[in-house]
Amino acid sequence: MEIPYTVAVRPDTGLNNGKIGIWLFLASEVMLFGALFASYVMLRVGAESWPPGATYLSIPLAAFNTVVLISSSVTMVLAWASAVRRDFGRFRLFMGITILCGLVFLVVKYFEYTAKFHHGYFPSTNTFLAIYFTLTGLHGLHVVGGMAVNSWLWGPGARMWKVDPVHFTNRVENAGLFWHLVDLVWIFLFPVLYLL
Amino acid sequence: MDDAHDHADLDRHVRAALLVFGSLLVLTGFTVTAYFLHLPTRLAITLALLIAVVKGSLVAGWFMHLISEKRIIYWVLALTAALFFPLLLVPTFTALGKVALP
Repeated sequence: MEIPYTVAVRPDTGLNNGKIGIWLFLASEVMLFGALFASYVMLRVGAESWPPGATYLSIPLAAFNTVVLISSSVTMVLAWASAVRRDFGRFRLFMGITILCGLVFLVVKYFEYTAKFHHGYFPSTNTFLAIYFTLTGLHGLHVVGGMAVNSWLWGPGARMWKVDPVHFTNRVENAGLFWHLVDLVWIFLFPVLYLL
Repeated sequence: MDDAHDHADLDRHVRAALLVFGSLLVLTGFTVTAYFLHLPTRLAITLALLIAVVKGSLVAGWFMHLISEKRIIYWVLALTAALFFPLLLVPTFTALGKVALP
């Protein structure tokens, strides 16, 4: 049985089902990170003292990672625009850069984490590090998830391009919406954890 | 819409995305600069969050196309916001002693 409205627009919503599905998923993601941000605020407000982020964290590395994620968001837009224009070569180029940016972000995070472990800083060390590792760890998992989807669309999933380019382009758009949310979450994590 | 119109729309969208990209880089620079100014804590928090909200709005508005989305998406997000803010604020106000527990 064929799944309805994967390409055609549903008359009642004005959208295809994939688009409404990804937005409902993103809404649940907002609540997930919202709960953790609320936990952060509560822990910070309730703490007798709170260390400045720079005590443990590297601001230049985090600023670099912010630029990397912002850049990956714009290359994702360019990948989607190339797919809409039916320019598969440019789609692959920009999606490839997006995946590479995600990889660079994770490599920097790996060096940040290992440096902390090396200095004996673990989630159990104090409340600040506990919430830092929880928030950035969960965000890192989202980067891994987004990269997995993007890599599928860049590689084996791109077979759909030949048989149903419109459906494929919709998938790229939905993957992009998730990737932008990952960027959006980092935009708040950077000042909250590193600078305040 | 015809193809030429579609492509003109897409070109405009890509140009806007590049402009947003530049703005996000500049705002990231502002965030880091503000940190090194060693402002008083309240001002630093307000400024950093204000810049983050502007950056987040740019990403949501232009990269995620919320500036011109279907009404049902706005309803989904309105419901999310209606649940998100109590989730964020009630525990905070409780911790600050402004909401009494029974």
